[in-house]
Parts: sequence; structure tokens; C-alpha cells
Amino acid sequence: MTVISPPAPAGVVPTGRRRPAGRRGTKLNSGQSRYGYLFVSGYTLLLIAFGLLPTLYAVYLAFTRNGAFVGVDNFVRVFNDYRFLPAVAHVALYVLFWLVSLIVFVVILAIVVHGIRVRWLGNSARFLFYIPGAIAGASSVLLWLFVLDPTVSPVSGLLHAMGYESLVNVVAVGNLPVVFTAIAFWAGAGGWIVIMYGALNNISTDVMEAARIDGASHVQTAWHIQLPMLAKWISYMGIMSLAAGTQLFVEPKVLAQATKNVVPEDYSLNQLAYLYAFRQNDFSGSAAISITLLVVALGLSTVFIFRGRLFERD
Amino acid sequence: MTDHTTRRRRATLTPGQWIGRAVVAVVLAVFTAFFILPIIWLILAPTKTNNELLLSGPFSVGSLDQLAANWNELFAFGGGVFATWLGNSAFYSFAALGITLLVSIPAGYALALIEFKGRRLLLVTTLIVMLIPNTALVLPIFLELSAAKLIGSPLAVILPFSFFPFGVYLTYIYFSTAVSRDLLNAARIDGAGELRVFGQVAMPLATPVIALVGFFSFVGNWNNYFLPFLVVGGQKIPVQVGLSNLLANVPAFNPTTATSIVIQLPTLALATLLSVAPILIIFLFAQRFLVEGMTAGGTKE
Repeated sequence: MTVISPPAPAGVVPTGRRRPAGRRGTKLNSGQSRYGYLFVSGYTLLLIAFGLLPTLYAVYLAFTRNGAFVGVDNFVRVFNDYRFLPAVAHVALYVLFWLVSLIVFVVILAIVVHGIRVRWLGNSARFLFYIPGAIAGASSVLLWLFVLDPTVSPVSGLLHAMGYESLVNVVAVGNLPVVFTAIAFWAGAGGWIVIMYGALNNISTDVMEAARIDGASHVQTAWHIQLPMLAKWISYMGIMSLAAGTQLFVEPKVLAQATKNVVPEDYSLNQLAYLYAFRQNDFSGSAAISITLLVVALGLSTVFIFRGRLFERD
Repeated sequence: MTDHTTRRRRATLTPGQWIGRAVVAVVLAVFTAFFILPIIWLILAPTKTNNELLLSGPFSVGSLDQLAANWNELFAFGGGVFATWLGNSAFYSFAALGITLLVSIPAGYALALIEFKGRRLLLVTTLIVMLIPNTALVLPIFLELSAAKLIGSPLAVILPFSFFPFGVYLTYIYFSTAVSRDLLNAARIDGAGELRVFGQVAMPLATPVIALVGFFSFVGNWNNYFLPFLVVGGQKIPVQVGLSNLLANVPAFNPTTATSIVIQLPTLALATLLSVAPILIIFLFAQRFLVEGMTAGGTKE
């Protein structure tokens, strides 16, 4: 599930523009750079061992079979698997639901909370929205098992009213994109609300005051002033969440375990990659799926860094 | 939105504004309930018996005796295996936390304040890897570890956990914005070597970023499911993985459960609560620091 979303501030993504900070005046360069290497050595080793090597090894596996180069055969085989396209469709639908709900509700909630004039109330609202972020991974799915089971749920009345009598009804395959969206939103939205709130604080009070004097309503201010200021952050949130959403694994995995495969164990792409490696002992096929997902994630993160630079030039 | 504000402006409010405020209040109430009710339910559930959980209201309070009974049932399960899982989680998370701080802080410092060849390459690589969701590398890491015959060893969890590019990035940002090069140069002119500049000038200034990196690393690793699920098994699994194994013994979810030892729902709720308790406690105590830290991340432009 969504780990605490790294609040990487888009504005400070390092780009070429402000790079060369004044180091010229110093004579110690060669001595210093030796220490530079010393200081980054541990991290660089880990980066190689758990960033670059696994990627390269997965690429190698994806293009070979039993050690022999087979071109894109593994990819073709995996893409033609009858389970592949449904998994893509499942993940795509979930990601769509999740992105829309994130963008709409996070922005609305951030603007509403930002508009609260009573300080303790605004602070508590932010904190209450943020606290579910503490509960992630299998724990959050387990908690949601309870929430979604009409026999014990805190909202059992609501579930009964919607016509659900048992957990198995609620997690029917057609409902899963909504269910996963609810879980992901519950755990992840608070962090983004806090980040958006911080960005809203950046808008100078003069601008807001001027708009108010000109007679702009709250909705007009939000639409014409606050929303454009948030655009950069919204795109950041969208790209990060899109990348994370394609990785769906824990939620369907635990639900499959809890419902004896009413939720299928090949629901998402990562589950399929897992089945390839562990059920079929086909590491090449597994690597082919992983590489496909990794390319999507890498593409998105690179595009974002590129776009971040575009933003900075404005 | 509240009595204060509305009272002050009651005179100037049009009916349209009243409706606007009412909508805002309803939206806030609904979302607060959405975020908070599951947690309140989770805290209350372990105080009830299975029957109470099924029959009495979802927010009724059980008894402390029942909490103790559920506690005993949980820790008696499988010869106390739940305590082992918690211990494993703590061991993996703290070991990784130690290594993460040891390698990330100097690396972020060097990237920000020392000029060396390849620095920009390292920085850009860090950024790209940092923006990849960490699950994207889990299967490749598993394949690599299995080629290296490390599967099953605690190192297979701890070492990948220790690789935390986001921590390096946070440290980099902190040192490049909050610590001036002049200060370090002054120390150098006074004859301090690089190690001393780092240890005695930069480190004392770095407490806030150390806390922030430590927090994100610990929380992320404690809650991580996918990687340990693949690379360790048996007695070595952390509580996140153990929790989902417990499910197999819950008759309410698995009517076909074959084992004679069963876990009742309140006990499973207690297990869920305990599995997140350390993180929940850190969140509660660090809330101001966290919200400020994240907000600061957002305001740095």
C-alpha cells in the first residue's frame, strides 16, 4: 500500500539551473573530493546493490531463457497469457478511480481546511486526516476487512442498506476498484492534504485579500487563484500516485487470502509476476512483467523530473 | 464554519453563504468520520468477545477483562509466535534504520556541500530511483537475492530496507538550504579537517533532518509487506507478513479452516492494532513535528 508519500517538493528538484554553487574560491578541492567519495561510498554501494544490479539482472532474465538470449519472447509469452489483459484492465480501472478521487477530494479538502479560520480546528482536521497514514501494508487491509464485513463493520448499517450481507458480497470482483480506492485513499490522502495545505500557505495574503476586496466569493478564489497555484503539486501527486497504483499487490493478495480466492490471486500485474516466479518457477516471465512495470514507473519519474525543470524555467 | 466565525459575520451572510457553510461543514464531518471511525473501531474491538463484536453496536465498549483474555489468546497462539513476529519487525526496522542513517546522512551532506566528480550523476540517479515506487524493485531484488543465495537470511530484509534514496534527497535538500558553505569554510580555514567539519560543524545542525529521515525510514520499513513476504519465511517473518498468515486461522473469514487452533475476530483486531501500535504512537507524539516538516517540504520554493 501507499507508504507515506515522500513529500518531495517539486520546486526544489535539483536542475541544471542553480547547480554550480560557488565552490571555486577553495583550494582544497582534491582533498575535499576524496572525502566526498568517502561520504557517499556506503550509499553508492547500496544504490548499486539494490537499485542498479537488480534492474540489470531483471533485464537480463527478461531477455533470456535458461541462459540463452531469446529477444522479446518472454514479453510476448507473458502478454499473450490469458490472465495478462484482465490484470491490466483491473489495475487501470483502479488507478483511474484512485486518481480521480485523490485529485478531486484532496484539493477540495485542502482548500476547505485552509479556509478554516479557527486555528485549532484546522490543525486538528489536518492531523485527523493524516493519522491513517500510520496504518499501511497488511494492517490497513486487515482493518478494512473488518470495515467491509457487514457482520462486524463500524458502518454495518450502511453496508446493509446497500444490500450487502457478507464480506464476500462486498468484495465481489466488480466492486474491487472502489474497495481498493477506498483503502488507498484512506491511508494516503492525509499526507497529500498536508502537502497541498503547505503549498496553499505560499499564496501571498495580499493576493487573497485583493480578491476578497474585489468581491470574489470563496469558490471564485479557489477556482481562479488557489487551483492554478496548486497545479504543479496536483501533477506531482497524479504522477506519483499513477506510478504507485500500477504496483497494486498487498490489497488483492491479502483479500485473496481472506476470502479463499473470491478475490482472484491473479487480479493485479504484480500478483501475476509473483505467480510466475513462485507458482510456475518462471523467473524470466516474472522479470518480463516486472521490467514492464518498472519501465512505466521510470518513465513517469523521468518525465516528472523533466517537467519539474520546465516549471522552473517559467 | 464554526460558531465563532459564523457568529461574527452572521449579519453579512446571505442565504447562499449559509448553504455554502453548511455544505463545508457536512463535507468536513463526513471525511473526518471516514478517516477516524475505522481507527476508533479498531481500538474498541479488542475489548469485546466474539459475540459482543457481532451483536452489540460497533462502538460499544467491552471490558478490560476481555481485553486481557484476547491478549492471552493472541500471545498463546502458535507458542507465542506473535511476539516473535513483533521482535523480527523491530529487529529489521531498527537495523535498517541504523544503516540508513549511517550511509544517507554523510551522502546527502557530501552531495550538497562537497564538490566531486560524478556528483551530479549520483544526484540525478538518486532522484529517479527515489520517485520509483519501492514495490517496483521488489521482484527484481528478490530475483537478485535468490541468485546470491541470500533468501531466508535477515540480511535479505535489512540490506534492501537500508537503501533509502529519499533519505539522501531529504538530507541533500536540508544541507543545501539550511547550512551555509561559508560556515564550513570558516571551520576549514581554522584548520579543521573534513571529518571534523562534518562531525563537529555539520552534524550538530542536522538533528531535524536526522529525525525526519529516521521517521520515514522506520515507518516505511515497519509497514513493508511485499519484500519480507518474498525473502523470508517461517520464524523469520515480520509482523506484517505474520498478520496475513493469521487470517488462515480465522474461522469467520475462512469457514474451511482446517487447523484446530482458531483465532477469533477480536483477537485478530488486537493483532492488527498491535502491529501498527508503534507507528501510531510515533505519529501521535510527533504530530506537530511531522505536519510542520511536511508543510515545510511543501513551502520550500
